[in-house]
This record gives sequence, structure tokens and C-alpha cells, in this order.
Amino acid sequence: MKIVVCIKQVPDAKNVRIDPNTHTLVRQGVESIINPFDLFAVEAALRLKDRHGAHVTAITMGPPQAEEALRDVLSRGVDDAVLLSDRAFAGADTWATATALAAAVRKMGDVSLIFCGKQAIDGDTAQVGPELATILDIPYATFVKELNLDGPDHLKVVRRTDEGTEVWRLPLPALVTVLREVGDPRVPSLKHKMRAKKATLPVWGIQDVGLDQDRVGLSGSYTQVVKVFSPPRRADRVMLQGPVEDQVEQLYRYLKEAKVPGL
Amino acid sequence: MNYFLSEEQKMIQELAEQIAREKIRPVRAQLDEAEAFPSELMQVLAQSDLFGVYIPEEYGGLGGGILENCLAVEQLARACIGVATSFAASGLGAYPILLYGSEEQKSAYLPDIAAGRRLAAFAVTESGAGSDVTAIKTTAVKDGDHYILNGTKQWITNGGEADIYSVLAVTDKAKGPRGASFFIVEKGDPGFGFGKKEKKLGIRASATRELVFQDCRIPKERLIAKEGMGFIIAMKTFDKSRPGIGALGVGLAQGALDIAVEYARKRVQFGKPIISFQAVQHKLADMATKTEAARALIYSAARHMDTNPPDASKVAAMCKVFASDVAVEVTTEAVQILGGYGYMRDYPVEKMFRDAKILQIYEGTNEIQRNIIGQELNKEYGRIKETFF
Repeated sequence: MKIVVCIKQVPDAKNVRIDPNTHTLVRQGVESIINPFDLFAVEAALRLKDRHGAHVTAITMGPPQAEEALRDVLSRGVDDAVLLSDRAFAGADTWATATALAAAVRKMGDVSLIFCGKQAIDGDTAQVGPELATILDIPYATFVKELNLDGPDHLKVVRRTDEGTEVWRLPLPALVTVLREVGDPRVPSLKHKMRAKKATLPVWGIQDVGLDQDRVGLSGSYTQVVKVFSPPRRADRVMLQGPVEDQVEQLYRYLKEAKVPGL
Repeated sequence: MNYFLSEEQKMIQELAEQIAREKIRPVRAQLDEAEAFPSELMQVLAQSDLFGVYIPEEYGGLGGGILENCLAVEQLARACIGVATSFAASGLGAYPILLYGSEEQKSAYLPDIAAGRRLAAFAVTESGAGSDVTAIKTTAVKDGDHYILNGTKQWITNGGEADIYSVLAVTDKAKGPRGASFFIVEKGDPGFGFGKKEKKLGIRASATRELVFQDCRIPKERLIAKEGMGFIIAMKTFDKSRPGIGALGVGLAQGALDIAVEYARKRVQFGKPIISFQAVQHKLADMATKTEAARALIYSAARHMDTNPPDASKVAAMCKVFASDVAVEVTTEAVQILGGYGYMRDYPVEKMFRDAKILQIYEGTNEIQRNIIGQELNKEYGRIKETFF
């Protein structure tokens, strides 16, 4: 089984500043890390590989230095890695990014499963995964916290939603975006680290993946960032547990504390 | 400081540091408080290949030596020497097999130890035999194709957790120091059980138990080398492992220094960070100097030891005695710099202070180490005919 994991280099959130005027991230001099959710995607892929055997390829689109992120995941046990890098990819929005990734996945051929993190901590859109699946015309599940193969051609996943959890069964090929619950990212191993250091990573440009310039990068982007602002905080959510009677009791207490009229 | 490490050695260091920072540091206080053996961390270490750094490639290791092992141990020890001791003790248990085992024994046990699939342990100490190793009472009697072991080993690190035990037992009492032999005993062998888990001052994440042999019957092929080689094997094993105790000391001292400096830069008293006071600066200066001196000794000694030199015992003892004394001094001063906070369990130096003491005691007390160094000096200078006066 061929698995692809999409990863992204992001600025280390611990050291990042926001420009007070433009509300954009000040990236200069900030160290890059792998998007933490993508490390969970890598872990989910490797766990599936441990259980069922698979060939795991990591892919990232970015400048040449994104190679560092690929070597990191190779050192954790990913089998090989591809860097999508071309000046023409620059300025891509989520759709143009997904377009480039989809072309690369098609070029690899015969991919059964694609893993993404639930979102990247810089853009926070959570769009690239679903868009990638849409372009490839395969089913996808977002916010997945548990997963396993269900027979040879299906994947069973547990999704976390605002309302609770959902269990889905997806026919393969499919794409999933994962939450941290899939498992703590493993540390590298020495043997993989040595292999990662020596590995030559293929770099694919637009010609390698067969795309025209106007479909990628800035010119292939449908969206434009017009304004950036801090979203209002969402209200606290509490999941009531236990027997229904207890839940009713708890709910009653909450409502009473909130001074709902009539209680 | 640049110690001119190879790419591979730097990789070992970097990986062990990452594990210490990401996996060990967040749980060290819990493990200490609960006196819980770090089984999950042992799995993380197994998966990282670090258990095999000093084991030859033909047995699934990375083919490094004492230096590689010290580099890994030092970084793990920066976070917790309870965890690092459990890791290092597997190496101690493996060395008798690695140094003196038959080809069959090496192929049977070393690949599992290198992969961390099975932990090893080293069993010499008994209630009446600590510094005086020759006082051991555990016996091994040959019975056809088997040996039958009887006796109790005490304070065995990784006892109960390890699967493979290198055990020293008397095979011929009449021969005195030449009458003991090493055996490989496996968890699950008939007549082999474990006593209670000890409650300790420090390194509480590591498991220390009694090993109880009651007519424990093992195949005769489990004898390491020949009968009577026991004490030689024990001494040669210590030569290999003692620089590792030094590395535990260096790592622990560095871990305490890291915290002390960071704290001193942030803690404000009399309107200034306390690092601006010379009383604090001088303490930190001595701590840093001693830690670096210990590291320099361990690295050069480990390199030297990897050439199998004739003065191995002396150099190994120097590593152990110096770095463990440094660890005790540095952790003590770290508590002093953190003051009341240092004494509280909420801050990690309190644990480091408790942990440090064992380094002066186990794997041969520091007094025994000084005896070894003194005796070796006597022998060395006895061979020199010229005078220095």
C-alpha cells in the first residue's frame, strides 16, 4: 500500500510576532518547524505501516530549505520524500497548493491513502486536505482521531466534531486529516537518521508534475488575503457524560448557574 | 567546546538530547514521585536504536564503542539519571556477553539487547558482598548438562524488568578469587524469582530488586567463557562501564547547571537578577568549569578506552570518581542557587540533588575507585627504573 503524507514548514509559533499594522506574521529570523499537526499525520501513517506494511512518502511544497522538514520525517521512518519546489508555485493560496499537490500525487500513481494534519498553525485554514481530495476526486474525512484499515479496501475512522464523535468507513483511495489523538510523534532512530542525511530528495517543478504556470502559484489562486483580523473567541464547550439522568442534572445545574430565566 | 566528534557521534548526541527534552523531561517528576519504571521510555529508546550504539554491527548494533555509549548516556542523564541508569544498566548486563561470550551466546542475546527488545542486567552484589566482591555466596553447581544456582543477589538495577541477567556465582569455593563464574540467566528460568522492589533516596525511576535463585536450573551453555573467569569478567566489564557512570555524572551536572543559570538570570532580588552578584557568579563559574573538566576527561578517556589500553582500570576509575564527585557538588550548589525553590519538589534540582549521591556509591564506591587508582599508580611507578628527584 502506498501512503502519502503532506507536510508543511511553518514558523515556530513560540517565537513568532504579529505585525501590529498588517496583522500578518513577521517571519524574518524565525526558525521553521514542521507544522505540529503534520507530525501527527506522519505518526498515523507510520503506525499504519507498522501494523499492515506500507510505503510512506512525504511531500511538501515550499522553498529549497523545506528539504530540512523532509529529512526530519525521513529520520522518523518515512520511506522517501519529494520536494515540490518551483518559483512558479510561489504565492499559492490553498487551492493552488492543493492543485500542485494533486498533480504530484497523480504522478506518483497508485496512492491508496493520503494523510494531512488537521490544519497548519500559520494559515489555520484546514482547507488544503479537503481541496486535495476534491481535486483527486476521492473521499475524505477531517478531524480524525482514530483510524485503521477495515478489510483490504476500506478505512475506518473516528472523527471528532463539535457535536460528538462519528465513525466513518471510507473506500480507498481516500484522504484523512488527523488530530493529535492519533498518537504522539515518534522520535527519530539512528539508522533512519543516517539514511535521511544521505538521501537525495527529488525536487519536482511545474514541468515535472505537468502543470501550466497559470494554474499554480499566485496566478492559480482564486483567493486573495484582503484583511487579517483576530476572530472572536468561541464560547466554552462542555461535553456532558454519564447516564442520561446525570446529564440532565448537570445540564440543569449549568442552566441555573447561567441564570436562565424560569429556573 | 568542540570535542571533534564525528558526524555519527554528533547524531547520537543530538538524538539522545531530543529524547531527553521531548520524552524524558516532561515525565521525570512523575516517574520519581510514583517510583515507576519507565517502560514506555525504554520502548522509545529501543525504537531510536540507542541501545545498540556500542554493539558491533554483526549483532545488530551500530558498531560504536564506549564513547558512543557515553554520548548517549550523558544526554539522557541531563533530563533524568533514573531513566538513564535503566538504559545504561542494560549495557552493563550486556558487556560480559559482549566481551567473553561464545559466538552462540552473542548471536542469541546481543541482537535483542541492541534493539532494546530485551533489557539486560548485571548481578554481582549480595547482602554480604558489596565492595568485597569475593565474598559472594551465590553458588552454581554443575549437574550433568546443567548448572544449579542458589543464593540471593541484592540491589540489582533493572531487576525484575530485564529479561537477560549476567550473574556471578561461586563454582569452586576452594579456588577463592579464581572460583567464581558468570552465567546468563533468563527471566522465566525455573527457580529464578525476584524479591521486593527497593525504596530509594534517588534514581527512583530505576528498578532495584533482589534476584532469588532457588535450585535455579540453567543449561550448561549459559556459562560465560570458562569456570573461574568470573572476577576477571567482572573487572573487565567495570572497565568498560565506569566511563558510562562518569557520563551520567556529566549529564546530571549539566542538567543542574542549565537550570541554575537560567534561574539566576531570571530571579530578581535587591532589584537585580541574582546572576549579577559575584557570590552567585562564582558558584556558577565553578559548576561550569568542573562540569566541562569532567566532560573533557570522560570523552578523552572513552576514546582511549576504545583502543583497549593496558591502563584501562585506572582510567575507568578516574572517570567514575571524578565525574560523580562533580555531579554531587554541582547539584548541591544548584539547590543552593535556587534557595527555597531548589528545596521544593516543584523544581527539578531537588530530585537531581537526591539522584546524584548514588553515582558515588554504585558500580564500585568512590573509595574503591581511589583504591584502584592508587594500586595502579603503585604498579606503574614500580616498573619505572629512573628517578624523578
